[in-house]
Amino acid sequence: MSILVGRDTKVLVQGITGQAGAFHTEKMLEYGTRVVGGVTPGKGGTAVQGVPVFNTVHDAVRQTGANATVIFVPAKFALGAITEAIEVRIPLVVVITEGIPTLDMVRVRTQLAGTAIRLVGPNCPGLITPGQCKVGIMPGYIHQPGGVAVISRSGTLTYDAVYQLTRVGLGQSTCVGIGGDPVLGSSFVHLLGLFEQDPQTDAIVLIGEIGGTEEEEAAAFIQAHVTKPVFAFIAGKLAPKEKRMGHAGAIIAGGQGTAAEKAAALQAAGVTLIDSPAAIGETVKAGLSRRRATPKAH
Amino acid sequence: MKLHEYQAKQLFARAGIPIPKGAVATSADEAANAYEALRQARGGSGAFVCSVKAQLHAGGRGKAGGVLAAASAAEARAHAASLLGRRLVTKQTDPQGLPVSAVLLEERIGASTELYLAVTIDRFNARPVMLASRRGGMDIEEVAASEPSAIVRDPFDLTTGLTDAAADRVAAALGCTGTLAAPCRRLAQAAWAVFQTNDASLVEINPLVVTGDQQLLALDAKVTLDDNALFRHPDLAAWRDESQEHPLELKASRIGISYVGLDGTIGCLVNGAGLAMATNDIIKLSGGEPANFLDVGGGANVDQVTNAFAIILADPRVRVVLVNIFGGIMRCDWIAQGLLNATQRLAVTTPIVVRLEGTNVDEGRQLLGQAKGLNLVSEPDLASAARRAVELAR
Repeated sequence: MSILVGRDTKVLVQGITGQAGAFHTEKMLEYGTRVVGGVTPGKGGTAVQGVPVFNTVHDAVRQTGANATVIFVPAKFALGAITEAIEVRIPLVVVITEGIPTLDMVRVRTQLAGTAIRLVGPNCPGLITPGQCKVGIMPGYIHQPGGVAVISRSGTLTYDAVYQLTRVGLGQSTCVGIGGDPVLGSSFVHLLGLFEQDPQTDAIVLIGEIGGTEEEEAAAFIQAHVTKPVFAFIAGKLAPKEKRMGHAGAIIAGGQGTAAEKAAALQAAGVTLIDSPAAIGETVKAGLSRRRATPKAH
Repeated sequence: MKLHEYQAKQLFARAGIPIPKGAVATSADEAANAYEALRQARGGSGAFVCSVKAQLHAGGRGKAGGVLAAASAAEARAHAASLLGRRLVTKQTDPQGLPVSAVLLEERIGASTELYLAVTIDRFNARPVMLASRRGGMDIEEVAASEPSAIVRDPFDLTTGLTDAAADRVAAALGCTGTLAAPCRRLAQAAWAVFQTNDASLVEINPLVVTGDQQLLALDAKVTLDDNALFRHPDLAAWRDESQEHPLELKASRIGISYVGLDGTIGCLVNGAGLAMATNDIIKLSGGEPANFLDVGGGANVDQVTNAFAIILADPRVRVVLVNIFGGIMRCDWIAQGLLNATQRLAVTTPIVVRLEGTNVDEGRQLLGQAKGLNLVSEPDLASAARRAVELAR
């Protein structure tokens, strides 16, 4: 079933009665996602798009057997909503909400430590296994089932990349937007490991951007653990250096964070780098057909 | 959100971090009075020297002439008059510099040792981290680059906070032993308290000095707050100094548009930060220079597109505007209509290159094709759109 979500995924929507929650519940249902319940405190007993609404995550899971949740709750209340999902031990928590305080996410990561719960986001488009299940806000029709995994820190740039893949005839196994915030539930590294193990995935496209050390960590992991071909585009080659007044960011990164440094680290790990954001589809296609033309050594 | 040194030091004082005696002045007269008050507080007799420090949201002010010594009220008045109202250019500002509307007067301290102490978040490991170095002072960035081992990084758990044992390790890393050990431990814990209680993203003390009489003192203070957490701190949000922000970036941020001015001639209007960065990249790859980074946000409606055009065209260097929209949930025909309305409302004459993709793209392109009297070119893909924009900018 590709990774994380598939036909058997039963999805809960936290914040289902809000504008975004209701809209995307409709879109997920249209795509064929099994949205089994929603949660909004105080709105239990009502329904949105025919989906029953519960007051608590606990009630919703008990009555629907949901095994994934997608959170649209506003940033001020997101920590409470995420904590509730973690306490009920929902195995997959997808946080769409943007603007969550960084220390709240640090607290969430503390809560996640030692559990098997996979949290994706925040500030992300969610994830989709084409043709099976969409847990997020991406437009469904640009995707097509296939063997290319996509992992990205971005939203619309991911859509663009996916659409390029689809148009050159390359379908996707699962596409995951990990989010653009400083502290994330899942990094490239976590997902690379899952895709390496996934029999449906035969290539991985990684879309990174400047700042942080996600891509450098990914490069080290790919070098050690990934045998499947990986392609990468890094956005922000000429973005201005952050106008910062402190030094701690630069010190933390230890000189990492520029597009050039990320590209060099990935290249050294055997990743094929894509220079132009318009060439993602064709570069992956050319790379994969070259590999097929070359007989494997074993 | 960045704080001024004098604001950061108020947070330090509340948390018990020792700071020099000081006073803020926004006029030359206030500076003279502040000097006199500080001199009286020191006993009022004999020589008294204080620093007059320009308050601005950038480092490197010492080397840029933003910190001056005053040995009399008249000198304090003169220094304040020379700094207040001017724009100070440092290696961390752009060539226009930043305006100085306040100075901080502080008793000048004789320091025997300059240390560095900071708290931030280790993003990848999602833990707070203390950074400590015995090589504090103006060149800490060079130390970080050339000798990273001179900066000790000590991550710790949010739930336990900076324990006594962890704070003692920080003190040891700073070389604060003997009578300095306990005060340094308290200071490190207070720095973490400042970070946590105010939802900071950076608390930095550079230099942290050991005075001649063996006291620890935070000579400078840099605090950056987490914008996402300002809703919890309305009192701190009120400290925002908008004069330190780029006028167009400020205007954009007020209406939910993320804008950063650059030096080129091709204005960019894009939905999504990643796609906006990628658009700037492809302009550069095609031989052009972007005039800005602009993310119009998720709900690219007519008003937002109009606002974005107004901001882009306020930059006189813009010769052409490249619109790159991937319509996901937002339909391309709505975006096209928004573009037409916006350009008509603003009477835009600048050439516009549009690349639309995604939901209802054919209807969107058709709408643009029918538009009359507009200097508008529709391109089928990002590569051709970038090439066309570069040609038109020449």
